[in-house]
Amino acid sequence: MRLIKEKTSIDFLSKTRRRVGLAISVVLVIASLVSLSTRGLEFGIDFTGGILLEIGYPQAADLELIRSDLANEGYENAQVQLFGADNVVMVRLPPQEGDVDEIRERLQQTLHANDEGIELRRVEFVSPQVGTELAEQGALAMIFALMMIFLYVMIRFQWKFSAGAVAALGHDAIVTVGFFSIFGFPFDLTVVAAVLAVIGYSLNDTVVVFDRIRENFFALRGCTAREAMNISINETLARTIITGLTTLLVLVALLVFGGESIAPFSIALIVGIIVGTYSSTYTAGATALELNVSAQDLIEPVKDKSLIDDLP
Amino acid sequence: MNKYPAWLNILVLVILMAGCLLALPNIYGSVPAIQIAGTSGEGYDSIRLEEYVRVVEGEGYTPEAAFLKDGRVVLRFDEGTNLAPIVDQLKSRYGRVANVAQTLAPQLPAWVRDLGLSPMSLGLDLRGGVYVLLEVDMETAINTRLTLYEQGIDDMLRDARIRHRVSLDNRAITVQLGEAADLEQARELVQRSDTDLLIVDGSDGRSFTVRMSEAQIKARQDFAIEQNITTLRNRVDQLGVAEPLVQRQGVDRIVVQLPGVQDPNEINKILTATATLEFRLVDQSGTEPGSRLYRGRPGIADAVLKRKVIASGDQIIDAAAGFDQGAPIVSITLDSTGGESMLQTTMEHLGKPMSTVFIETRRETIQRNGETINRDIKTEEIINTATIQGIFKNRFQISGLGQGEAHDLALLLRAGALAAPVFKIDERTIGPSLGQDNIDRGFNAIKIGFFAVVLFMVIYYKAFGLIANVALFSNLVFIVAMLSLLQASLTLPGIAGIVLTVGMAVDANVLIFERIREELANGSSPQSAINAGYEKALSSIADANITTLIAAVVLFGVGTGPIKGFAITLMLGIITSMFTAIVGTRALVNLIFGGRKLTSVPV
Repeated sequence: MRLIKEKTSIDFLSKTRRRVGLAISVVLVIASLVSLSTRGLEFGIDFTGGILLEIGYPQAADLELIRSDLANEGYENAQVQLFGADNVVMVRLPPQEGDVDEIRERLQQTLHANDEGIELRRVEFVSPQVGTELAEQGALAMIFALMMIFLYVMIRFQWKFSAGAVAALGHDAIVTVGFFSIFGFPFDLTVVAAVLAVIGYSLNDTVVVFDRIRENFFALRGCTAREAMNISINETLARTIITGLTTLLVLVALLVFGGESIAPFSIALIVGIIVGTYSSTYTAGATALELNVSAQDLIEPVKDKSLIDDLP
Repeated sequence: MNKYPAWLNILVLVILMAGCLLALPNIYGSVPAIQIAGTSGEGYDSIRLEEYVRVVEGEGYTPEAAFLKDGRVVLRFDEGTNLAPIVDQLKSRYGRVANVAQTLAPQLPAWVRDLGLSPMSLGLDLRGGVYVLLEVDMETAINTRLTLYEQGIDDMLRDARIRHRVSLDNRAITVQLGEAADLEQARELVQRSDTDLLIVDGSDGRSFTVRMSEAQIKARQDFAIEQNITTLRNRVDQLGVAEPLVQRQGVDRIVVQLPGVQDPNEINKILTATATLEFRLVDQSGTEPGSRLYRGRPGIADAVLKRKVIASGDQIIDAAAGFDQGAPIVSITLDSTGGESMLQTTMEHLGKPMSTVFIETRRETIQRNGETINRDIKTEEIINTATIQGIFKNRFQISGLGQGEAHDLALLLRAGALAAPVFKIDERTIGPSLGQDNIDRGFNAIKIGFFAVVLFMVIYYKAFGLIANVALFSNLVFIVAMLSLLQASLTLPGIAGIVLTVGMAVDANVLIFERIREELANGSSPQSAINAGYEKALSSIADANITTLIAAVVLFGVGTGPIKGFAITLMLGIITSMFTAIVGTRALVNLIFGGRKLTSVPV
């Protein structure tokens, strides 16, 4: 069976396609950045600090009653919402004054008051201090990963490819995070992990294309860089799409069956992999091409030296 | 062409079998069990094992298996046995010498156990429990040490009859002398008492300041955190939690994980409690230097107490709660230094009053001008003042406490005092039902994702797809095997990592198979197409996996908690998938197709 024709010859890197691709990327990135700077992210308590309760009720929960009960106890700013099912409720509170143990007991009593049968499935207290640290760590991890990857691609290929790869990855990371901002999905620590996995995945895709470009630069003498790159993208197209598909298959399974708490993680990966597949086809190659990449860039200088040594 | 040498086939087989063996313990379910560990730190032997079995059987419980594991007695019971009554009984009978905990144990056959194999350990989000991140108050740790120096200097100069005044402020002890002529001698004395102290002369010629050196501060911090970890371990052990984890994290933090604990209320009070005691003489004149007024508990009179501490909580080696004439008491046993000091004091001050001071520190979070500030509240109360009636040394009892309080205080004193107060900065409790839900959902997602990929691969790549599926399944086995071997906790994000690996692991095979198709389309013969497909795809596979590995390693290095769990399975998955997808499938392909005359390749 084949999903992709045996031989495709789509001109991915034609001037118009490149411009359209660039325009789409720029629009996505700008939309993401605008949303990030105006709306920001719906940070989870991992980052903001605060209190989170997940409560199981024996029957469908009455959100209004829970809200008014909490408000009567002085927790007017509690966010109360259903979590995956109509008998599971998630309550979020900003960081509170006072002793953690006392607050927990008070909350428990308040929630128990109307319903003896409730079960506290999860209780999390995160101090704002820890939240800030986790946020810093996440950002640091992302920057550090990008740097390491840039170095690796530079060693294995050449800096123009590195620039192309990192441009594509930065694009993927920004658009994925931007998606969370635009749609107001909760952004927690697992999403940071997902974005890093997206970086890993998208790079995987990009490197496969680059690998083929390198091979073709040498195999197809006489072609221009643009032609060689186009051929390479076409040759790897089937693989790019099949791997994307199998990965999406499992991620959809994770989103549907994995439960509410892992959902943001699955969404981030699904978005990231779609964007990543697109970017390794369009952005990575196009960036390298804009930097005038050529077969000459991949000839290792060491080889030249040995040639010189052989001269009489 | 396309033949593996026999040794390579055998190697692949051996590795596969090793993987299966390591993963094997995971197929057994868990049953209720009792775990008993000696508090002395020495492991139990088979004699103690038999003794415990006899006791349990005497109460009408029949263990389904009884064995020693890492020096601990494990008694396993049939599914559904209610162990609560017998655990309570064992606790009350052996509580002082052993930690008895109820837990779940995998139902491994004896031979698997004897090989030292165990299943993956599940993280708290999968088995339920309490996670607490504590911060050690280093400022207090250092100040406590400085106060001791201050007191030492004060005593030393008085003994040398040098007129002086000492004060402690902002990590520096200032010594103000009466005569400038004494400067040299005083400085000499202090320096000789501890050569590491940093001493700087004041500008007025008759004072100097004393500071702790960087190395001393560092040593003090390390001591405080190590001491706190020991104390916390003792406290956790006293509570009867199976497989607790108490671990240092970074410079000033301690992670405590208590699997299976459902109600954090009780445990938290014990964990962070700083409650301790100090014994001081009452300053009856009320004018001695350093004396200060202490408040009494309701019903207890306030009193001015002397500066010198006769004995304090960290010198208490045993404490037990009990009753004396109907009132709750705590019987105290001091160590030799504390006992010596108590003997001296009681001899010299017979008939004079002595007070017991109860000290506790709590941290409160308050918000001021939109900023969150932590405020420490230290309570020092006299819980009893009594006249020294006789001379005593290291054993005595104190009263003046409520009943629950006496019990908690005895536990805390027994486990040792914290060298510095600790504060909770992160606390997460996962109920047992949520843990089970997470396991069920996680494994469901793996199963469904796996079958979707397997189905797709067979339809798309036919026989080669089937081979890739065998590799994919062995890859899962290897991940489980490695997790069991490393005893790295499997968490929900970890499961997500496995799911992601399932999707990505076929990538190597997709690369190879697509390459074979290309080679065939270019007119290569079937055998050389297979060979070329594997050879040419190799560099792409290596590059692609190494880059993903870089991201995973960064995640592992920088991340904490959920991120780490994800990174571990992702890393393991990448490594094992390289083996199964390249070497594993090639071995199978070679076995099936190698050396035969092929007219087509079923790819």
